Amino acid sequence: MKNTPKDYVLAGATGLAVLLIVGLLGVLLWEIVAGGAGVISGTFLTQSPSADMTSGGIFPAIYGTVVVTMLMTIAGVPVGIATAIWLSEYAPRHSRLTTIVRIAVNNLAGVPSIVFGLFGLGFFVLFVGGSIDDVVYGPGTPVWGKPSVLWASLTLAVLTLPVVIVTTEEALRTVPQDLRDASLALGATRFQTVFKVVVPNALGGILTGVILAVSRGAGEVAPILFCGAANFLPYLPTDLRDMFMHLGYHIFALATQSPNVDAARPMLFGTVLVLLVLTFSLNLVAVVVRSRARARLRA
Amino acid sequence: MTPMLAHTSQEFEAELRQLKEQLLAMGGRCERMVHMAARAVLEQNTELAEEVINLDRRTNADELSIDDMAVRILALRQPVGRDLRFTITAVKVVTDLERIGDEAVNVAERGQELAELAELPAPAQHLPQMAKLAGAVLHAALDAFVHEDAKAAEEVFRMDDGVDALYGEVLMESLAFMQANSERVSAGMRVASCAKYLERIADHATNIAEMVVFLVRGDDVRHVGKLRVGRS
Amino acid sequence: MTSVAIPEPKMQTENVSVFYGDKIAIGKVTLDIADRAVTALIGPSGCGKSTYLRSLNRMNDTIDIARVQGKITLDGQDIYGKGVDAVEVRRRVGMVFQKSNPFPKSVFENVAFGLRIAGEKKPAILARRVEESLSGAGLWDEVKDRLDESALGLSGGQQQRLCIARCLAVRPEVILMDEPTSALDPIATARAEELIRELKENYAIVIVTHSMQQAARISDYTAFFYMGELVESGETDQIFTRPRESRTEEYITGRFG
Repeated sequence: MKNTPKDYVLAGATGLAVLLIVGLLGVLLWEIVAGGAGVISGTFLTQSPSADMTSGGIFPAIYGTVVVTMLMTIAGVPVGIATAIWLSEYAPRHSRLTTIVRIAVNNLAGVPSIVFGLFGLGFFVLFVGGSIDDVVYGPGTPVWGKPSVLWASLTLAVLTLPVVIVTTEEALRTVPQDLRDASLALGATRFQTVFKVVVPNALGGILTGVILAVSRGAGEVAPILFCGAANFLPYLPTDLRDMFMHLGYHIFALATQSPNVDAARPMLFGTVLVLLVLTFSLNLVAVVVRSRARARLRA
Repeated sequence: MTPMLAHTSQEFEAELRQLKEQLLAMGGRCERMVHMAARAVLEQNTELAEEVINLDRRTNADELSIDDMAVRILALRQPVGRDLRFTITAVKVVTDLERIGDEAVNVAERGQELAELAELPAPAQHLPQMAKLAGAVLHAALDAFVHEDAKAAEEVFRMDDGVDALYGEVLMESLAFMQANSERVSAGMRVASCAKYLERIADHATNIAEMVVFLVRGDDVRHVGKLRVGRS
Repeated sequence: MTSVAIPEPKMQTENVSVFYGDKIAIGKVTLDIADRAVTALIGPSGCGKSTYLRSLNRMNDTIDIARVQGKITLDGQDIYGKGVDAVEVRRRVGMVFQKSNPFPKSVFENVAFGLRIAGEKKPAILARRVEESLSGAGLWDEVKDRLDESALGLSGGQQQRLCIARCLAVRPEVILMDEPTSALDPIATARAEELIRELKENYAIVIVTHSMQQAARISDYTAFFYMGELVESGETDQIFTRPRESRTEEYITGRFG
């Protein structure tokens, strides 16, 4: 089959698109690396920033990001996976409840992240936290009813929930029905079938989804704006009620609120670089996990 | 129970039809041979006898051709149900028809021998009646086959009883004749033989009728009362 | 509908109908399944034979809009009765599917799966049962050195026999097979049929097949389904030499109209 002119045009157009994307990414990375590489050092990664944030390190931000991301994962991932398993394996196909849940999940996925931030403030901080305070402590200084690691993590968990649910359900759906049939026909209960056959088969896809959700959550800033992130803290958060510093938020703070923007620029780029490295690494792990899982199933 | 639909495979349908047509053509030839042979004896006509013998060659060729068709159908079509019974019936009927042809030839040959005589022995007068009956039995059996009519096939058994009875008479008369005319024993024997051959023709026709019952109803009605050793 | 009653049947279905929502899939089927024999279910596509088969081990329960009416008994007990656990039924009535569906696990784990979910943990018992089942399926010699390799690496015919071994491992009493050889080549099919012949000495086997020749070759009893109805059932040689119903005669002789 000879290549027609159309084939060449298509090849050329798609090639150009690829070049464009790779080029953009390249420019972006270059800017960041050029601006920030110089700042990276042992001090940078392990020290707190100076009061005017023009020197020092970003360790508290790294620490805060890790803590919040971990809590977000613990809070959100099990709920998301459980919901997906229910939707895929247990929910009756055409019931109203199933439809409602699906609509809810889809809509949740479309909510802008700043709205999540307000939700986190209004619901978790003021309502839940405030109610706990009223019941346990009575009126006075808020204990739970203020921005903190806990509320920020929960807000982020709600944000990433739809991602986890959708990717997990997709992964479960790719498990062929005849494997479930085979398991049931051997006398397995549905529970055994789900947890010994379906989930192990879908594990690669589920993990990939989880890692992607986590990676996304690690980089989100808007949801934590009002729920716990701080410009500058002289201490590391050790209690769920503490506030925390955060890489993404630190970038925002450095770019808009530092007293000396120019002096802070190297720190800014350095922080961006660290955040990107973190996110990229997580994505890379996701890719590796997915390809390993695929290889195992193909054997 | 007659099947209402035709086979989805038109080729198969055609093969079965062809098998049936060939069988019926062969059956028609055998019928003619029986009548011609009987006439050859009574008219002392050697030419007629010769024709019968020639026709038998055709009958033998028919047997090979029909068997071949049946084997082909069995191998390539794996017939079941009525088609299977029909194919088996064809294989068995063709054997009976071929024997009928042989018996007719025998009659014709006796006819040739008897033609040299001045006059036929007295018992020969029954031969037309026997030939007519035997021919009728064969005709009825073939008819039952054409129409796949089990009831008509059962009629054939009854008709055969008539032929058997008549044969008994001819045999007795022939024995008496040979006792009374010891110089014409061979003539008497030949007449008795003709009667025997005609009786066998009717028996073979009965076999055909039994196969028709098998074809239509799936019941094997052969050897009734004669399956166990000793009295049934 | 003409049926032949079987003395001491292993399973009996009386007036069984299966509905998918409002649509009726099979209507009022009464059929006996003989023990230590092969019963073949034949009929055109969509005539309900697979639906019937799946109701024998309550696999229709997994479809939410499916409803089963009528009585189905195993050794005289109603398998849909109150308090009867579908899981228990499925251990006694096993199933092998049309397309072989081994788990993406090792050969050993595939066969041991049914035992593990039933709670068996002792390695010695598992190992022995796995070997027994693989031998029973005629596969032991071919895989005894590859027990830890993935089951997906076996050939089509081997995978199907693996699925049979997996089914045998839980020691069922009845084995249901839904077109077990339709995806196999003639040699693998012949081996599988030979295996079925051996298995019937110890199990009641019900096999759905599209191939009438296969039904004729390996079954003792044949049931002909048409448009959701059981038209006729009886001993196989009777069905194929002198069927009683004209619809049966038309189907088996190829008079489809």
